[in-house]
Amino acid sequence: MNGERLDEILRREAERRAVTRHRVGVCGAASCHSLGSTEVRAALERGVREAGLEREVEVFGTGCLGLCQAGPLVQVETRGEGSCLYGETGTDAVTRIVRDHLAAGRPVEALRLPSDLPFFTLQRRLILSGSGQLDPERIESCIAAGAYRSLQRVLASWKPGDVVAEVTRSGLRGRGGAGFPTGRKWAAVASAPGGSKVVICNADEGDPGAFMNRSVLEGDPHRVLEGMAIAGYAVGADRGYVYVRGEHPLTIERLRIAIEQAGREGLLGQRLFGSGFDFTIELRIGAGAYVCGEETALIASVEGRRGTPRPRPPYPAQSGLRGLPTLINNVETFANVPAIIEHGGAWLAAIGTEHSKGTKVFALAGSVVRTGLVEVPFGTALRQIVYELGGGIPGGKAFKAAQTGGPSGGCIPARFLDLPVDYEALLEVGSYMGSGGLIILDESSCMVDVAAFFMEFCRDESCGKCVPCRAGTAQLLGLLRKLQQGEGSEADLELLEELGQLLKATSLCGLGQGAPSPVLSTLRWFRDEYLAHVRGHCPAGVCGMRPPAPAPTPSTASAEARP
Amino acid sequence: MSVPGGGAAHPSGDERYGVLDDELGRWDFQPSALLELLHAAQELFGFLPAEVLRYLANRLGLPLAHVQGVASFYNLFTFAPRGQHTCTVCLGTACYVKGAGEILDGLEALRGVPAGQAGGDGTLSVVVARCVGACGAAPAVAFDGQLRGRQGRAAVLARVKAWTGT
Repeated sequence: MNGERLDEILRREAERRAVTRHRVGVCGAASCHSLGSTEVRAALERGVREAGLEREVEVFGTGCLGLCQAGPLVQVETRGEGSCLYGETGTDAVTRIVRDHLAAGRPVEALRLPSDLPFFTLQRRLILSGSGQLDPERIESCIAAGAYRSLQRVLASWKPGDVVAEVTRSGLRGRGGAGFPTGRKWAAVASAPGGSKVVICNADEGDPGAFMNRSVLEGDPHRVLEGMAIAGYAVGADRGYVYVRGEHPLTIERLRIAIEQAGREGLLGQRLFGSGFDFTIELRIGAGAYVCGEETALIASVEGRRGTPRPRPPYPAQSGLRGLPTLINNVETFANVPAIIEHGGAWLAAIGTEHSKGTKVFALAGSVVRTGLVEVPFGTALRQIVYELGGGIPGGKAFKAAQTGGPSGGCIPARFLDLPVDYEALLEVGSYMGSGGLIILDESSCMVDVAAFFMEFCRDESCGKCVPCRAGTAQLLGLLRKLQQGEGSEADLELLEELGQLLKATSLCGLGQGAPSPVLSTLRWFRDEYLAHVRGHCPAGVCGMRPPAPAPTPSTASAEARP
Repeated sequence: MSVPGGGAAHPSGDERYGVLDDELGRWDFQPSALLELLHAAQELFGFLPAEVLRYLANRLGLPLAHVQGVASFYNLFTFAPRGQHTCTVCLGTACYVKGAGEILDGLEALRGVPAGQAGGDGTLSVVVARCVGACGAAPAVAFDGQLRGRQGRAAVLARVKAWTGT
């Protein structure tokens, strides 16, 4: 691949766009898919064919278009006229869109979502700028949106050290959860001795209630591949792996297509852009083990072994995949890289808060009117996300808590709604950024039940290698179940806290260290609810309190422990 | 190790082993490709029969205990055939707070066994998914792999009962 080839693809794509009057993107992400978007896409393609509009109308599948609540979403972009987003589409809507909009050029106002919704206007889409606009299954479409330009630039005139310096200057921190400074991680791998190095993209998005990474990969896969290649150049690696969850078929398919097309166009492979830099990317499919999101467990899984973590140091930067120095970053971290190269580190550093730079993609779900995928600058107040972007709580119910960070995170009560969301602020209130799941809970949720939900998850997903996690999560869950059955005591609350601190301090990896967080944070902010359970009452009416009765028999105890 | 795809057919005459051999060849018989091969085998056989695990162990030169250990570690691999129909209930956080637990309770009550366990006449399997990512349309349920959002207990039970004829 050389620069001229990229220009030629751009020319061809411009010619194609010149004859296309309408580009119709149908959301293919999980929420819209679950509401029938596959059928909508088929109906659109059929309608366009029957109306004889194939030449001037292009129908394609996009990644997440954002406003999941109004799915299935269809976006029509008309040459010279901008775009129009349709919500709650079905076959009837398709008939009208084809007849009125695509054939006659009159948008169907009744089906149109207002573009001035705060859900759209309050976002700042850096990572998601291409998602929905481009056809992720055609590399030409992605190149037209700017893909691989940053890689070209870096390979033309930057030294590897310049790239690390620029990423450091941007203040970018790992988007997988812990927020480790990305530049420092890259510098560590770059300076690690060893001829052969590896880059791994952690796309094992396993938090329940999280669909950010998959959305980035499904909507704009080349942005991530390009970020990985730039990282490879910076740290001296010639191979990359994307480790993706086996439960995400569309993500896998789009990545396969993207890697294959990038290889075909010479954007991955040998001597990229005529330089001496080689970089290839392989896909590795996970098989449903949450712990594989932990970097050393993920590496074990890529090696074809049980995905169990190991003590660090040595960190993967020194000894990772097959003992080689390994750079491992989250999807969203890599997705930031091309933009940092394009606009400069100082540009990203100007967005966000003092210690959290740039934007964060959140999966907004639960008890909120407008569910979906949002990207906002760090420092945006939780209240703004919930009430302005999200449109508040449906059904006239009261906000109770925002759960962030999944099973390693916590529940943030209403009194902190004005909290500016960044890494430090969330830690201060006992929660955690995590990868960006944001579940809104209303008054009908019981916090003891929510804590038990996450603890059951952690108990099931504990790999069993270290005792604090294996035994501790089971003990913590037992105590929570006891409370839920109205058989707990105040001493049990102290035991929960003590045991929780023990797990935090002594577990081998993030799964066990983070597992007590939902319990500890709800104990801290919703202690009254725990005390009500001690008195035999569940204020939200979720936990079926049993009247005082004989101790549970072994058979009922095992029925509690459903897989 | 024999030549990929060109070796003698599996003694059972089952042609799926030939396809598995092609996969083994594609991965150059590397033990590090075990997960990929287990995925491929499950795709071919629908689950991972003991005989297939033994076969993979043999071909990769790995102890059977290692292959079994890896396969059983991961939730996506199953060791018994699925029912004729599968109902997958998402228990991600968003689905949970929107009532997925009630849907699951209904299905478990209908079948009389916990999700994930075999039971009944083999018509129906009920499985739990951690999070399918359809959080924006929670709760989500997949019927024979077809994902559907905004589900309720009654509608799910009705659809499943139509399968089982109860």
